[in-house]
This record gives sequence, C-alpha cells and structure tokens, in this order.
Amino acid sequence: MNETKREPISDRRKFILNMARGVGLATMGGFVWSAHVNEAKASSLLLRPPGAIKESDFLKTCIKCGLCVVACPYNTLFLAKAGENKPIGTPYFTPREMPCYMCPTIPCVPVCPTGALDEESLLTNQKLDINRADMGVAIVDSNSCIAFWGIQCDACYRACPLLGKAITIEYSKNERTGKHAYLKPVVQIDSCTGCGMCEKACVTEKAAIFVLPREVALGRAGDHYIKGWDKEDEKRVKNATSKTTTTEISKKSAVDSLNDTKELY
Amino acid sequence: MMTLWKNYRYLLLRRITQIGLMFLYFGANVWGWNILVGNLSSSKIFGLIPMSDPYATLQMFFAGAVLSADLLLGVAIATLFYLVVGGRAFCSWVCPINLITDTAGYVRRKVGIDRSQGFRQPASRQLRYWVLAMSLVISTLMGVAAFEFISPVSMVYRGIAFGLGFGWAAMLVIFLFDLFVLKDGWCGHVCPLGGFYSLLGSFSLLRVLYNQEKCTLCMKCKTVCPEHQVLHMIGKESLSVTSGECTNCARCIEVCEDDALGFSIRKLVKR
Amino acid sequence: MSLSRREFLKSSAAASAAAAMGMTIPATLQAAADTAESNWRWDKAACRFCGTGCGIMMATKDGKIVAVKGDPAAPVNRGLNCIKGYFNAKIMYGADRLTQPLLRMGEDGQFDKKGKFAPVSWKRAFDEMEIHIKKALKSGGPEAVGVFASGQYTIMEGYAAQKLMKGGFRSNALDPNARHCMASAVVGFYQTFGIDEPSGCYDDIELTDTIVAWGSNMAEMHPILWSRVTDRKLSDPERVKVISIQTYNHRTSDLADVEIIFSPNTDLALWNYIAHEIVYNHPESIDWDFVKKHIVFAASPVNIGYGMRKAGEKSLTPVNPDGSAGKYSAKEMQIINKEMSKVVSAKEAPALKPYGYKEGDVMTNKDAPLNNLAHWEISFDEYKKFLEPYTLDYVATISKGNPDEDINEFKKKLQTLADLYIEKGRKVVSFWTMGMNQHTRGTWVNTLAYNVHFLLNKQAKPGDGAFSLTGQPSACGTAREVGTFCHRLPADMMVENPKHREITENRWKIPKTTLNPVGNQHIMKIHRDIEDGFMKFAWVNVCNPYQDTASAEHWIKAAREMDNFIVTSDGYPGISAKVSDLILPSAMIYEKWGGYGNAERRTQLWRQQVLPVGDAMSDTWQWVELSKRFTVKDVWGEQPLRGKNEDGTPKKLPSVIDQAKAMGYTEDTTMYEILFANKEAQSYKVDLNSFPQQGYDNSEVIGDSRNVEGSDGKVFKGYGFMIHEYLFEEYASFGRGHGHDLADFTTYHKVRGLKWPVVDGKETQWRFNVKYDPYAAKETKESGNSHAFYGVLAKELMQGDLMGVKDKTKIALKNKAKIFARPYMDPPEMPDAEYPTWLSTGRVLEHWHSGTMTMRVPELYRAVPEALCYMHPKDADTFGVKQGELCWVESRRGKVKARVETRGRNQPSRGLVFVPWFDEKVFINKVCLDATCPQSKQTDFKKCAVKVYKA
Repeated sequence: MNETKREPISDRRKFILNMARGVGLATMGGFVWSAHVNEAKASSLLLRPPGAIKESDFLKTCIKCGLCVVACPYNTLFLAKAGENKPIGTPYFTPREMPCYMCPTIPCVPVCPTGALDEESLLTNQKLDINRADMGVAIVDSNSCIAFWGIQCDACYRACPLLGKAITIEYSKNERTGKHAYLKPVVQIDSCTGCGMCEKACVTEKAAIFVLPREVALGRAGDHYIKGWDKEDEKRVKNATSKTTTTEISKKSAVDSLNDTKELY
Repeated sequence: MMTLWKNYRYLLLRRITQIGLMFLYFGANVWGWNILVGNLSSSKIFGLIPMSDPYATLQMFFAGAVLSADLLLGVAIATLFYLVVGGRAFCSWVCPINLITDTAGYVRRKVGIDRSQGFRQPASRQLRYWVLAMSLVISTLMGVAAFEFISPVSMVYRGIAFGLGFGWAAMLVIFLFDLFVLKDGWCGHVCPLGGFYSLLGSFSLLRVLYNQEKCTLCMKCKTVCPEHQVLHMIGKESLSVTSGECTNCARCIEVCEDDALGFSIRKLVKR
Repeated sequence: MSLSRREFLKSSAAASAAAAMGMTIPATLQAAADTAESNWRWDKAACRFCGTGCGIMMATKDGKIVAVKGDPAAPVNRGLNCIKGYFNAKIMYGADRLTQPLLRMGEDGQFDKKGKFAPVSWKRAFDEMEIHIKKALKSGGPEAVGVFASGQYTIMEGYAAQKLMKGGFRSNALDPNARHCMASAVVGFYQTFGIDEPSGCYDDIELTDTIVAWGSNMAEMHPILWSRVTDRKLSDPERVKVISIQTYNHRTSDLADVEIIFSPNTDLALWNYIAHEIVYNHPESIDWDFVKKHIVFAASPVNIGYGMRKAGEKSLTPVNPDGSAGKYSAKEMQIINKEMSKVVSAKEAPALKPYGYKEGDVMTNKDAPLNNLAHWEISFDEYKKFLEPYTLDYVATISKGNPDEDINEFKKKLQTLADLYIEKGRKVVSFWTMGMNQHTRGTWVNTLAYNVHFLLNKQAKPGDGAFSLTGQPSACGTAREVGTFCHRLPADMMVENPKHREITENRWKIPKTTLNPVGNQHIMKIHRDIEDGFMKFAWVNVCNPYQDTASAEHWIKAAREMDNFIVTSDGYPGISAKVSDLILPSAMIYEKWGGYGNAERRTQLWRQQVLPVGDAMSDTWQWVELSKRFTVKDVWGEQPLRGKNEDGTPKKLPSVIDQAKAMGYTEDTTMYEILFANKEAQSYKVDLNSFPQQGYDNSEVIGDSRNVEGSDGKVFKGYGFMIHEYLFEEYASFGRGHGHDLADFTTYHKVRGLKWPVVDGKETQWRFNVKYDPYAAKETKESGNSHAFYGVLAKELMQGDLMGVKDKTKIALKNKAKIFARPYMDPPEMPDAEYPTWLSTGRVLEHWHSGTMTMRVPELYRAVPEALCYMHPKDADTFGVKQGELCWVESRRGKVKARVETRGRNQPSRGLVFVPWFDEKVFINKVCLDATCPQSKQTDFKKCAVKVYKA
C-alpha cells in the first residue's frame, strides 16, 4: 500500500467545510427544536382563563408571566410546568380540581399585559361581564350521568352559576317505575361559559359532566343550511359562501369523463 | 473583613438582587404581595410600572402576535433600563440561571476541569447568535415564541413563583453541561437571551474601564471572567470594555488587587 | 376458599363458556365459580337519610359494605335514590370514625372537665357514666338527668332509651332532635285529629290534580317524592298544577305553575285568606254535610309568647340597668323581653282585632307558661268573624315577600291559589316541611292547613289532603310512634295522663307510680336547664344538639364551663362530641339490627349487615349496658322534683321500692333484669338456623368476632336472647288494637315496609276514611259517616268565643276533627334599622343535617364543600359585599363568616338571606334565635333578623 500524504486543507476549503458544518448543525438543531415546539403546542384540551383569545393566537401572544395566576383569588389558574405535556408556561385550569368561580370583577383579565386575555371580549355595555366568558363548554356523558339512570342528583345544575340558563333540566317520565320522573341536566351551549363548576360538583367517580374547549367539543353543521323554523339561525347566512366542490366522481373534467367509456361496456 | 467585603461586594449584591427578586415574585403569588408581581417574562412593579422581556416580545412579533400597547410600554421600559445598566446586567444580576452556571464555573476551577480540558473549547461563542436567529426563524414558522417553549431560564424563574414541575431537570442539565461539557457553556455560548442582551448591551452606558497603568498582568480577571474575550485589552491599552457580551458582573473589579478595573460611564462621543 | 382475581376470571369464564356450549363441567370448577360470584351478599335496608323512606339493598363483601342499590321492589322509590342515598355505602367509612370510648382526663388519669380526650375502656366509660348519673340524681333528682334523643334512632334504640329513662331513672328529660323538626306537625295532628301522623300517604301524589308546597323545598329535601310530583305533572301538564309557596326562590319553584314568595310568618295569613275566600266569597264550596258531621270549630288564646326564656329564670337574673340579664346581653334581651309582653304592630293589628287588640296595645303573655295548649269550642259564626280581616288587600299587603313584585300581580297569584283549592272536583294535596313547622306559630299554621281542606272536604281522601312531610328517617317511626319525647309514651300516650302511665307501667312490669307525671323538659328546656346549672348529666344519642340548636353559643358555653357531665354517642367527631366530656363510639346504621318509620307511616326493618368499626357498639347496647349499673334502690326510692304542688308542698316522686319488692324484685335487682332481660325478653330465642337471624351478625345478641371488652371489662358474648325482636314486639304491643297496629318483627324482614295501622295483614293508605281504614269503618258502623277522626286526645272541649271560655261544661266530640281560629301574628324578631334583613336557614340536597356523615363522603364534600350565604345581588351591593367573597352574618346573638352567593340554587328576594346549616365551619345556629312555637316547643330556624357586612 502506498502511503498517500495528506495535503493540508486550504483555508477556503476550511471555510466552506465550517459553513457546511454550521448549516448542518443549525438545520438539525432547528428541526429538533421545531419538532419539540410543535409537539408542545399541540395539546388542545387545555382550558384557558376567561377572555382568552383563539388558542393559536393565544400561544403566540401569551408571554407566560403568570399575572393572571397571581390575580385569581381561588387558585384556579396554573402555569403549565415542564413535564406536564402542556404548552409550557401558559395559564390553564382543571375544573375538577378547581373551577373558575366566575368573579364578576374578573381580576385575571385586566392584568394581562399582552392581550392574550382580551378584556374587550368580555364587555357588555362597556362593563366587564363574566357571563360572556367562553372558556369551554360542558359536555354530559349520559351513560355515566346518574341523573340519566333516574337518580335524583342534578348536583351540576345546582352548582351552575348560570343555573337555569347554562344548565337546564329536562323532565321525562320514568316508565320503568311508572311514578317517578327523570330530571336530566342539559347544557345550553350558548350560555355555558365553561367555568367547570358543574364538573367539580359532579358526584360520579370520574366526572360525568366535564368541560372541553369549544373547538374540541362541538361539531359544526355548516352554513349552507339554515333552520327554517328558527329566526335566530338566519344570521348564519352571512358566513355562507359558495365553493366548487370535488368528490371522487367529479374530480375529472366533464369532457374527460365523457370520453372515458372504459368500463361502460 | 474589609478585604472580604472588597473582594466579594458585587458578588454579594448580585446574589441579593437575584434571590431578592425571585423572593418578591414568589411572595406575590403565595402571599399576595404587590411589590413585584408576575415573572421575568412580564411583571408589574407596585401594581403600576410594567416591565416585559424584549426578547420574548421579539419572538412573539416574529410569531405573528398582535403586540399590545401595554406590552410595548413594558418592553420600552425594560429596554431603556438595560441600555443604561448594560444589556447583560440581566444575566449576572437578575437571571437565576446565573447562580447555577456560576456554581458550575466555580466547581470547574476548583476541581481543575478547566485545566484538564485546556483551552480548546468545542464550540464558538458565536453559537448564541445562531440560536437567536434560529429562534426567530422557528417562531415565524411555528407561530409561537419558540425559545419560550424550551427556555430553561423561564422554566426556572417561573418555577420559583408558580411551581417547577420537571423544570429541575433543565437546571441539572445546564449545571452538568457547564461543568463537564463546555466552560461557560450555557450563558457564554448557547443562551439566545444572553445573545440578545449582548446585542442590546453594545450600546449601553455603564461599562468596566481598564487602566493599564495600574495593571500588573496577574490575569486573575481573565480567569474569573465568564466572557474573557471581552477583556482582550488587558495588558495592551487602557480601554472601556465595549463588547455587549460583558455581563457587568464586576467579578474582574473585585479580584483585581491593583485597582486597574472599575465601573465608568462610557463616553458616548468617540475621540 | 380463596381464589385470586385471575383464577376467578378464568373459572367464571370457563363456566360460562361451558354453559353456553351445553357442556357438563367438573363439579369442582362449578363450585369455584359459584363462590367467586357470590362473595358479596345483597340484603334490604332503609336509606339512612330523610323521612321519605326509600328502600335500598346493601352489598356486603369481606365484612364491609361495598355497594348499594335502590330496591326495585320498594314502593316508595322503586329502585331509585337521591345522591345522599346513592352514597349510603360510603357513610360508615370516614377516616376519622370513632372507634373507642374517649374521656377528658387530667395527667393523673382521672376525669377532668378541662382535660384532653384520651381512650378508655368501655368499663371505664360506664363507670364514669354511673358516677355522674348518680351524682346528678342526688343533686337534682330525675330531672337533672337528660338525654338528647333522636328522630334517627332505630325503633329499638329509641324504645330502649325511653324504657331506662322513664321507667328506670324516672326522668322524662328525654327529647329528640325531632322536636326541632316535627313537633309543630305533631301538636297540629293532636289538636286537629286527636292522634299523631298524616292521614294520607305518598300515593296521593299520583292521584291528585294539585300539589301545593308550603314552605318546603321538596326538590332538594325530598328528591324522590319530588320526582314523583314531577312525574304527576308530566302525566297531565294542563290539568295538574304545582304551586310553590316559599319565602325565597329555590328549586321547588322550577316546576311550579305559580310561585308565591311571601314575607316570613305570613303563611298564617295566606291560609286564612284561602279560608276567607271560601267562607265569604264561595260559601257554596263548603261541604256542610261533611263539616257538620265531622268538624267542630275551636279557638285558643293568642297571648302565648314565643317559647323563649322567661323573666326570673336563673340565667336571666340578675337584671342589670343596661338591659342585660344574667347570661344574656342587652341586645339579646331586646327580643327575649317579648316573651313577657309585646306591643301589637300595625302589621298584625287587623288580624288581632277580633281578639280585642289594636295597634300599639301591650299584649301581656300571661297564658304563656302553662296553659298554652288550651282551646275551646266556638261557633261557626265566631270563626267567620275571626276570618273577616283576611281580605285580599290586607293579606296581599302584609304577605308580599318580594319587594320588587307588583302588588296586583301578587294578588292575582293569591286568587289563583284560592281558586285552585276551591275548584269543585279538583283534588289538592298540600305538602309542607320545615317552613311551617319551624315557626313561632308552627302549631297554629299546621292546624290552619287542615281548616281549608276540611271546609272543602278535601282531607283524608285519595289525592286530597294536607300532608306534613317528615325530615328525619324515623321522626315518625321512633321519635313519635315510640314516643321518645319528654311528654310522650308509646302509641300516642302521654306522661301526664295517669291512665296512660298505668298502662305503660303494667306493660313494663314496673311498680305503679314509678313513671314521672311531669314531662316538660323538651330539647330547649334541657339546654336551658344545663345553662341554669340544674341539669348535671346529659347524653347525646344519634344527634348533634350542639350544632343543631339556635343561640348555640349559650349551650356550648354551658356544656363546657359549668359543672356537668356531657356524654356523646356518635360515629364521628362532630361539634357535640367536641363539647362533651365522654365520647362513646357508636355502631352506625347498617352495623346493627334496626327499623325506621317514614312520613307515610311505613315501618321498615333491616338486619345487621356488617360488624361495627373498631370497638363501636350500638346505642341499644349502650343503654342496656348502662341499665346493669342501676338497681331498684338506686332509682326507685323517693325522688325530688322541681316546683311545688298546689298545696305548697315540694313536688316529688314517691318511693316504689316496696311495691317493687311485692312484685318479686329486690333492692338489688338491676334495671337490666327488670327492663331488658326479663322473662318475656328471654322468650325471644336466638335461632341462627332460621330466618331472619340465619347468616347475619348480631353483635348484641351473640357477640361478635371482634371480642369487644364490654362494660364489665370482660369480652362481651351477647345477651343470649333476641333483644331486637323483644324490644320491637313489646313496643308494638302498645299500639295494636289502638289504631297503631304494626305487623310482627319477622314480617317486616320480608316486606318492603308496611303503612300502619296494619290490620289483618293489610296496610292502611288513608286513615280516618271509612273505605280504607278499618278503624274508621268500625267507628262509623252506626252513623254511616264517610270519615271518623277517631283520635282520642283533647276530644272534650269547653264552650266559648274568640275571647275565651264562656261555658266550662265539656262536650265530647267523638270522631270529630277541629277547625281552628288562629290569627296572623308577627314573629318575635323582625328586621329593623340595625338588623335589616331576614335570615332563613335550611339544608341542601347534598348534605344531611349537620354533615357529620355526608361531609365525609368525598364526592358530596367536593360537590358542596361549604355553606354559602345566598342573597339578592342588589342586597349584596347594599351591604357592600361581593359575589364569592366572605361576609359576616350577624344577629343579636352571634355572627358567622360565610361566602356570598348571589346566583345559583337559592335566589332570595331583596330583604332575605339564606344560609344552610350543614357546615360546622359556618356555624349559623350561633346566629339563629331560640324562639319556639310555644305549643310545640319547636324552634323557628327560619327567621330572625341579621345584618350582613364585608368580612
């Protein structure tokens, strides 16, 4: 074997190599970092303080200072800690542990320095109105809700600060016993603020009524159909738009389809 | 006693400031004090004066957040403040991570890891500017303040006031990293927040001034300095430390037995 | 044999797979599956909580209760429960169950009133009880020994307590917490029907067209009945009307067609308004045939006071120049002085006009102490005269409870209410609970309810009737039927009636004249006697009198600071235990054999399901063990009583020792041998091989595997006879043949309860109604009447008019009931400038009474962890308090801190705040006034005056 003598690396080459190394490292680091951030902000099940703006904007805007946490008189709010698999440093609450008690003065919102908690969204006639809060919406699991078994419970209904508005009772006859009635809790999603006092009060082992962010909990019927029997529903027309549709059968152009007689005979 | 005070007076003051601030934040959350509420990301002083982290805000800006007037006011106040006292004064006087990295640095010197590793550092101090740039790129791409999602600095100071969770692991990692991997690793090489304040600090007023005439070239200052490159003028010419990377920690002033170093207000107008 | 979970899953899966394929499987494997699947046992019991009386089934596994289900066979609830019932399986297993006797001791191990609680043996506990009872008897005679009894006693416990107290100690100072809850209903029943307890039953709900809830939050307090009301409403929403008549808005109004919010105490005026409408504006609606055959009209004095302390009582002396008196502050005396005399107010003057009073008159309550049950017959015309003031204008003006409601709207509601009652062919049930019972004119307002139903002949008929709902699970079954009241004996007999005493003495095989004829130490009197330093020994059984009594600070101070000995038997460390000197750990409901009787006269028995926790033993056992410590000579010698006879000699009970000897007892025969282990008792044999004893624990009868060291320091091995059956059967024998007939012990273990009177094995749905009640049928054989109100109490009346008796000849009114003239009167304390707001107290669905059980069920605690102060948002603004923040609620007697609630389940109008009393941390009874209905002695917890301010 001939020993080939290594040539000293030229400065130019060294520079290019260093550049490449830097770019490579940066790319690698950047991807790892991005992946982590992507993962960390993915948790969409968190309940935010009253007045929180849309989750994607909230994650941008919240500076994680904890001023809202300090302002809450009930120790409802926490900043997500490392290792909790929640967007780190952002405020959230767990209603089963401590719900939002819906203070009329909403102390947690005006202190927000960044507008991640938006005072404007909670104003009625220029006055703070906690009933406008939209932290989430309560969902009843009618399988485990004992009121649906006929048990006289309705602890959620009585715990609701908007009793009779956000949770109402639906009465129906209990045909099995023949002389009792079901008194079932029903969440009125337009009034529910997602404060979670129902979830806290629920007496089942794991709450049968629980608050989820609206985005997660609710479906959307689409604005192309309006309830003909509901005047209120009319206002959805303003979001209605027309869009060309495509399905498996319509994805080819009409002419192409017409010319394609392959499987016709 | 007097020598002890003379040799450690700034260190002591720094520690008091660092711990005192954390204590005030903690007290605000736990006992409802109203002196300093929030954390280093954003706080209210006496329920009135806002102060916000300019770097976090910059990331938010890149992420596409709408910046509120309140926030910008807080940023302005913080920026002005650090423009006066030196950008990286944050690092040595406020940031709690400094306690960890200083400890790691101390242990390194005592145990002799410094010497065994020699002067060959496996990374460049320029790295932090890369990280800084990258944080802004990722913020833009991901739509969130990217560094705030991984920042051990905020993890720790948030942790002190609001609960640490797994944050202690980040503290440990930084300690071990500084101890075994890279001298002055986190604060001097990686931390983009330090990088940001370095850039800001290039313009700041309060500076360390070197007087060559008094210097006996003992080099204690360069040993103790976490950013020793800023002391490039030692033994060469009497100059102010102009690099923004200087943290105004004043350790060099304390260890100098010759009174060759001291704080001064930088001359704004160059000769 | 024990199977691991895995093996169990394997074997039961194998067994079912095999069964599905029709395979024969090896016998051993089949046996294993059977055992595994049946390692729990179901047995029936009654729910621990309210007076509804739901039937439940308990699942027991490894000696612990693990699950509960509603009993589908129970007619009341058909397998359903409310959330308290839902947690019956968890109430006995709170972490701080009392498991051993605890005595306040000094360093030297001796009893020390100021010492700390330390564990002692049962023997030591009974030693101390014996010492202190003997000391008390010596100091003040039998009246110095008292018992806070309970409407939550099992029937057997109540009967055992009654026997030893009244037959043994000759003390009538045994009075239940049911006094706070049902006494006004009871006196109402006595005065109206001559016999206690409702004529109707829950079946009325399914049969009626109109449900009127008067001062009753049925939706929260009787949820299962409320679900029946709801079902009735759903079955015919147009026809069926629900009216909610309350002092503040609560959940019962949810279902109501009409909600009437009235000013506290004016329910008296509302009832009289309806009667006024009937008599003056719809005379054709009066069923004169019914009224003439079945009803007499009656009146009673109005100057009867408010059941508060009276001038001259020890704790009210000396009277000081600043207005304070004895242990009562000047502020407190402002109200207490009204016990002696009061000024007639503008509000009540029109109603009192027929009695000769006008506004500003001073009414002296001279009739207050003794004669307050007196009443006499009057003519219909007098009654009509009495009703004259109750015009719509007057009643609407004084009773409108919501200041923000339009008076004309309110008048319309009152008219609708009257119209519904009067409407021909419309069936009406009036339900009420504490609103009408806890009332300084509680007896009056109870009788006024029957007036309206009687005039219209809408009482004691299917779907028609005024029905008093009961709060406690056995207020009817034990407190009332057994008679654990100071004035009662079993089966509606009275201690002051010599004949009744004799019947009882004979039945108990104790000497004649043993029983004490003076029965006046009702629960407030017991507290007051302790405060006066007269009562030296008191025992708390199955209740929490130091939390549940108004003016609470007085009684707690008296218990802690005076020379006395307070014993509390309880499962948990509540406030009463805390202020006691000795605490006895009690077996809780399913840890003993027992029985309850609900509001519709349904008696339900159950067996012991599990062994008690720790060394706890049942209250029955505690009473029986105590009886072993007292002999004939200890208690049956001559005993002093308070007060003087008419001839001026001091009252006393004669010695009956000689008679006792003549009966075959000796001076040293113990009360145990006489009252509990007598020959009759021994005849109820232990029979572990047949129903119902087979397979069930019976700690009192055969001992149990815990080998608890008993009152003699030896392991307790059981009495050796079936004491539960003995106590039940002996008690039941009092009522059989007297309109209180119960079935036998074994039958009750088979059925889901029966409504007494049970005649020829058949229960009775509607009493006094000839079609349904064999007793009524018997009484009307000759007359052919539709009803017979056959109760015998107060069935001879003198004659007179509204002002008083005019003719002292007594006329018998056999089988008749009474309509009473009873006016609206103010309560003693009303809002004024300094205390501007009404305070009402009550319960919440989630918690039972003082919360000792339900506050220890984590789910219920989480649901409602604290008592809130409910108020109108505008009031909150006026008081300067904010939603969710703390406020002080302060009266002349004391103050508590509570969180302000301006939204949610209770929504008072301006001028009234509501605070529930379950929370020992929001000790609202410190604020309440201990004024009572002077006739029933039931405290009015529903109204006093307070101020509310920021804490």
